[in-house]
Amino acid sequence: MSATTAPEFKTITINMGPQHPSTHGVLRLIIELDGETVVSLKPVMGYLHTGMEKIMEAKSYTKSITVTDRMDYLSPLGNNMAYVGAVERLMGLTLPERAQTLRVILLELARISSHLVWLGTHAIDLGAMSVFLYCFREREKLLDVNDMVAGSRMTPSYFRVGGFFQDVPDTFAPYVKKFVEEFPSSLDEYHNLLTKNRIWMKRTIDVGKITAEQAVALSVTGPSLRGSGLSYDVRKAQPYCGYESYQFDVPLGKNGDVYDRYLCRMAEMRQSLHIIRQGLDRLRPGPVRSDNPYLFPARREDVKSGMEELIFHFKIMSEGFRPPIGDSYFSIESPKGELGFYVASDGEPLPYRVRVRPPSFINLQALETMCVGRMVADVVACIGSIDIVLGEVDR
Amino acid sequence: MGLEELVPDGILTTTVEKMVNWARRSSIWPATFGLACCAIEMMATSASRYDLARFGAEVFRASPRQADLMIVAGRVSKKMAPVLKRIYDQMPEPKWVISMGACASCGGEFKDYAIVQGVDTVVPVDVYVPGCPPRPEALIYGIMKLQEKIDRMKLKGDHPAPDVIVETPRPTGSTAGSGQTTPMSGVLPPNPGPA
Repeated sequence: MSATTAPEFKTITINMGPQHPSTHGVLRLIIELDGETVVSLKPVMGYLHTGMEKIMEAKSYTKSITVTDRMDYLSPLGNNMAYVGAVERLMGLTLPERAQTLRVILLELARISSHLVWLGTHAIDLGAMSVFLYCFREREKLLDVNDMVAGSRMTPSYFRVGGFFQDVPDTFAPYVKKFVEEFPSSLDEYHNLLTKNRIWMKRTIDVGKITAEQAVALSVTGPSLRGSGLSYDVRKAQPYCGYESYQFDVPLGKNGDVYDRYLCRMAEMRQSLHIIRQGLDRLRPGPVRSDNPYLFPARREDVKSGMEELIFHFKIMSEGFRPPIGDSYFSIESPKGELGFYVASDGEPLPYRVRVRPPSFINLQALETMCVGRMVADVVACIGSIDIVLGEVDR
Repeated sequence: MGLEELVPDGILTTTVEKMVNWARRSSIWPATFGLACCAIEMMATSASRYDLARFGAEVFRASPRQADLMIVAGRVSKKMAPVLKRIYDQMPEPKWVISMGACASCGGEFKDYAIVQGVDTVVPVDVYVPGCPPRPEALIYGIMKLQEKIDRMKLKGDHPAPDVIVETPRPTGSTAGSGQTTPMSGVLPPNPGPA
């Protein structure tokens, strides 16, 4: 090589994932780097593709609920709600008061539970190991609630079309009340560990900025959008489960960086506690199921004595129920963003088509906007701040 | 595999064997191979309440080259299977695999075009942990079972310790023409064999 020709600088392309500890699952990123600066970034998905929408076409409406649990496995009850809500809208069902209130309480508990996993893994990605242990300590208590009401820690499948498959046990309300009293001090602990921590601030402030306009153009929803200062929350915009009657604020960020998204979610957990407190005050004894005889079998004693009840029991257990012909879309504010289910029915016991609007998948599109021009180490911070779940991205 | 390769034949290594097995079973380093829901339960196992460190297996390694246990936690899609195989191949011997959960063990709930129906079609599995997802207690039990298996390992020879497999004799006297074999009285029913 002659000394006169200058070396030619080229970008290099590196491959991050699919087995990478900080991509929160099996996300693969193809990153083009100039030195350490990200020039372009392309997510490659499908490493966890399960074909869930197709599977749901072959399952009855009730059986499909178990599939939704495994989509966003950090807040399974949120997925239950979105799916069940779509079918309920299709059938024009109204729920008893107690069922609505219980749903709100459980959904907010699921939100806290999901945010705790997000906080723990996000912190571990940026080098704060102990936060993870603290978060999982609190999360275990919430998993105990799932265990208590449905008998499963992570995949409860507790919601049914038209209510719940059983009422909560008597220990539920005191347990949740105790949790609501204890949790604020744990939240303070997390704030003490991170919020004014110098390393944390250096790693997150002004990192992964996205403006409100960009976020809207990319259809970003949830805390990732609200971190940019735009107030859009499905619980306020299109209330469901009676959210319109609860008092709560929608926390907003300003700069749209990783730090603001972090603060948004931290504040959201406090608001969730506020909602749960109101829900517990309203909780009165009563039925937790819709009285539609096509949805739930009669009581065991009635099934044994009455012919009509026996026939209904047999039909429900063997075939399921048949919603009217039509389609419906129902969306909720999941911990990740707007989670929607579109269900089309042709009058048969199996859905004709189920389509999911996964917030993680759509929010992931904003990753390139956040990362380009930043250092490669910031990519990890950005992924964590979007809070994706690959089960939901790939479905 | 390791130093034991250098031990010449004819030397009995019972005490060393015990010591090596004790060391291996007491410091299992799993690779972080989380795929789906089970991965979160695997994290919970290593976190505060369940504390996998009590069993010496809490050092999750991001690099397969530093790990000797792969916990396949979650459903394995057909797109992921080659990646999984490669990561398994990168792990140094001796190595073990725990198939965590119904999906990894047999496809579980998802019997369709996208999911590998059992990770044992891709890598050899030592312990299957049932559940969807298994509770942390179940995973810990699986790890304890693996430790028992490591205890039975021989320093020389095959690795890992082969399980005692009793082959049931196939009846030789054929029932001509019928294509079916009838179990002989007093003998185990015939092994149907691979389909």
